[in-house]
Amino acid sequence: MSAHAPALDQGHDDHGHHHHKQTFISQYIFSTDHKMISKQYLITGLVMGFIGIAMSLLFRLQLAWPDTQFTIYEIFLGKWGENGVMDPSIYLALVTIHGTIMVFFVLTAGLSGTFSNLLIPLQIGARDMASGFLNMLSYWMFFISAVIMVMSLFVESGPASAGWTIYPPLSALPQGISGSGTGMTLWLVSMAIFIASSLLGSLNYIVTVINLRTKGMSMTRLPLTIWAFFVTAIIGVVSFPVLLSAALLLIMDRSFGTSFFLSDIYIGGEVLHNSGGSPVLFEHLFWFLGHPEVYIVLLPALGITSEIIATNSRKPIFGYRAMVASILAIAFLSTIVWGHHMFISGMNPFLGSVFTFTTLLIAIPSAVKAFNYITTLWKGNLQFNPGMLFSIGLVSTFITGGLTGIILGDSTLDINVHDTYFVVAHFHLVMGISALYGLFAGVYHWFPKMFQGRMMNKNLGYVHFWVTAIGSYAVFFPMHFIGMAGLPRRYYSNTAFPYFEDLADVNVMITVAALITGLVQLVFLYNFISSIFYGKRGPKNPWRSNTLEWTTEHKHIHGNWEGAIPHVYRWPYDYSKLNEDEEDYVIAGQDFIPQNIPLQENEEEMNH
Amino acid sequence: MTVFLVLILIILFVASLWQMSKIYKMSQSKSTDDNLEVANEKDNRINAKLMLMFVIFLYFLSFYCFWYYSKFYLPEASSEHGSKYDTLMFVSIALIMFVQIITQGLLHFFAYKYKGEKGKRALFYADNDRLEFIWTIIPVIVLAGLIIYGLFTWSDIMNFDEDEDALVVELYAQQFNWRARYAGEDNILGNANVRFVEGANTVGIDASDDDGMDDVVTQELHLPVGRQVIFKLRSQDVLHSAFMPHFRAQMNVVPGMITQFSFTPTVTTEEIRETDYMKDKMRRIQQIRKEKSKELVAAGDVALDDYENFDYYLLCNKICGASHYNMQMKIIVETEEEYKEWIKGQETFKATLASQE
Repeated sequence: MSAHAPALDQGHDDHGHHHHKQTFISQYIFSTDHKMISKQYLITGLVMGFIGIAMSLLFRLQLAWPDTQFTIYEIFLGKWGENGVMDPSIYLALVTIHGTIMVFFVLTAGLSGTFSNLLIPLQIGARDMASGFLNMLSYWMFFISAVIMVMSLFVESGPASAGWTIYPPLSALPQGISGSGTGMTLWLVSMAIFIASSLLGSLNYIVTVINLRTKGMSMTRLPLTIWAFFVTAIIGVVSFPVLLSAALLLIMDRSFGTSFFLSDIYIGGEVLHNSGGSPVLFEHLFWFLGHPEVYIVLLPALGITSEIIATNSRKPIFGYRAMVASILAIAFLSTIVWGHHMFISGMNPFLGSVFTFTTLLIAIPSAVKAFNYITTLWKGNLQFNPGMLFSIGLVSTFITGGLTGIILGDSTLDINVHDTYFVVAHFHLVMGISALYGLFAGVYHWFPKMFQGRMMNKNLGYVHFWVTAIGSYAVFFPMHFIGMAGLPRRYYSNTAFPYFEDLADVNVMITVAALITGLVQLVFLYNFISSIFYGKRGPKNPWRSNTLEWTTEHKHIHGNWEGAIPHVYRWPYDYSKLNEDEEDYVIAGQDFIPQNIPLQENEEEMNH
Repeated sequence: MTVFLVLILIILFVASLWQMSKIYKMSQSKSTDDNLEVANEKDNRINAKLMLMFVIFLYFLSFYCFWYYSKFYLPEASSEHGSKYDTLMFVSIALIMFVQIITQGLLHFFAYKYKGEKGKRALFYADNDRLEFIWTIIPVIVLAGLIIYGLFTWSDIMNFDEDEDALVVELYAQQFNWRARYAGEDNILGNANVRFVEGANTVGIDASDDDGMDDVVTQELHLPVGRQVIFKLRSQDVLHSAFMPHFRAQMNVVPGMITQFSFTPTVTTEEIRETDYMKDKMRRIQQIRKEKSKELVAAGDVALDDYENFDYYLLCNKICGASHYNMQMKIIVETEEEYKEWIKGQETFKATLASQE
């Protein structure tokens, strides 16, 4: 590997004129270039995102007006929505696939896949990923798994509908729910391929960050984005294989008559032969990934935010080392807290105590991060670019959603809010909305880097942000309260049961807010597509940022830098640093010092 | 009320659109130094104001929810441990709301106050170990307190002592209904397994086990007030969860194993129906149902059933199939005498077997 990089280095000194002729297929489809792969990830992720959000709007309609018939059900759901009445089992399928798509396909692959690919080589000063071929494989496996997941929507017996957590026995027994037939098989196949894709990607990220940093780019000079992607990849490598084993064992239970998760079952008028298995085992295996998954989704978003907030505050990120330490602490703790999803699963209450302890510990690094963000804003010179707005929005939803985690992470309090709308409100704010904001922030900020210097329209960006910000709080804040009223999640209708009928108003309000928020994403979509073709071209470094990606030219070339790779002489957060006599900035008239600028004469050397 | 809420939302939506169009127009004008898609001073000013308005919106939303939706909170707990639960919940919510108000305020206020201006110099402020130590140690102390408090309550609830006169009841779950099995006079549940399910033996009691002969299987859950109940939970098909929100009680029901939970009911059904809370709630629901019935009748449908009296309920709270949302059982908390009267009228397993032959 070490021999590979210098070779590339020399090859590009003569302005890269010796490029192989790129065919359409090798440039746009089976590309091994990290910038193209990142765009592929982003666009696939966005397409999946729109499917996932559309699904949520469909079931929100059902929840708000359970007695009303909507022709739209018939259009989208076909036989599951005959006469405009949504079938209860397709409701569960929508909930299941919405969760799966949003968590894995949008927020894992769409967010981490896009920005790890784009930024790791560009920000550490590398020509490309350690293995471009593995990187290509990783994307195409992700693509296949997305296709299979979408295909599963069209099978006769319906898509998987046992909830995105697919707890057996429900997910193992087609007698229990029709979605556990072919639909579930496709779900499992899709996820198995997805996991393989994610592992290939993660290994590549780890190797690239460790081996291919440019001269001078020590670990303590890495931008926080890279730290976040790096640690995220490590969590992925540690925990995704466990989900794969859970999926494989479930496939065996379903198809080969084993009893890993099944025991003593009487269903459809007969006793099954299975004995000795335990659904609780599946829950452990699932959440051993499932919880770190939250951080796999969230850490890249926090990394992106750190970078954008610092740049747009024109200030160094406050407490760089504390930020890195808290990423590491969160990563470590995230692998030992999974049991808080299982306080009332029937596991030993003592285990519950242990998991309460570790779970509440994770609030400490999270709090440190939140405080550091707030301090970074303090006495800044804030430039409200759309990316900055989404980053501040992220900090806000991260705090709101994180705080209710203190209630859910407490085993005692979990007893009565477990699996109610309180949980739905909590995780949507803290990981769903926050990570989506991270995704949006990243897209607005690095759009020029992805699309040859074109920039997204800022005014449409402002509309997008403010409506989304108000809308998502209007959707998820009131949900805490219907949860505390004891309303379980995943209920097709609350009216079959008069006790909850007075909550109908709130559900209507939430759905209206959700529809508005959903629709305003079309503004983003329009902005995104039109800017690819007609966006104004900005300067090379539009946000006046310090990191290395902004030293490259607009035009994408294989190898990223025309000449030699820039060397790094400082950390990435020298914003508004004054010279030794404190009269002017270190570089007169310029409030930022890119990482590739050597130490100046009149500059005090810091520890970075 | 819905109309009002929807109106507020629409107004907010329109207001933000209006603001946006204003920004849009202004940015179109040529006065700005560049027509780049980078925020200029005007953008900073407007967005800074919107930041301030946003945190006010957030405070308003929280205040509104706490004030107006407080009627949705569950009534005071109807079980002994439930009041401890409620106190812990109250303390936790007070604490997080305190932190929420302060941090959101700071975040958005700083965003407003330190908006970008030409010629303004940001402060190069990279580190302050002391400050960071303070805001690491404060959460540590507060969370340590919460953890210890929570864990004591948790162990009180979960590691319960069995009273001598505790009532043992099995909750039996299947797609999509619940059954209760009382242990009978010996207060010992007979052995059971799904492999014994046949005909009238719906919960699979082992007919060769004498302990099971006096067991009583019922469709309703009757509980004597003031006496500890120990629930043994069993499922015949998929995962379910026995959720009794009014008693602050929940435990999953897992096929292949027996899980348990225990509480002591303290308020009878009669008593809770007489509370102001429940009377108000029932009045509201009846009103809603009356209006709905009117609409239904007008459309030529049948009116809704009356919903006269509140009853406690046991819900399924783990996704278990298409009719998951319909899986409930009525719970009746009554005096010891009423309970004894009722259980006497139920058929024992022995009698069930006899009538089958």
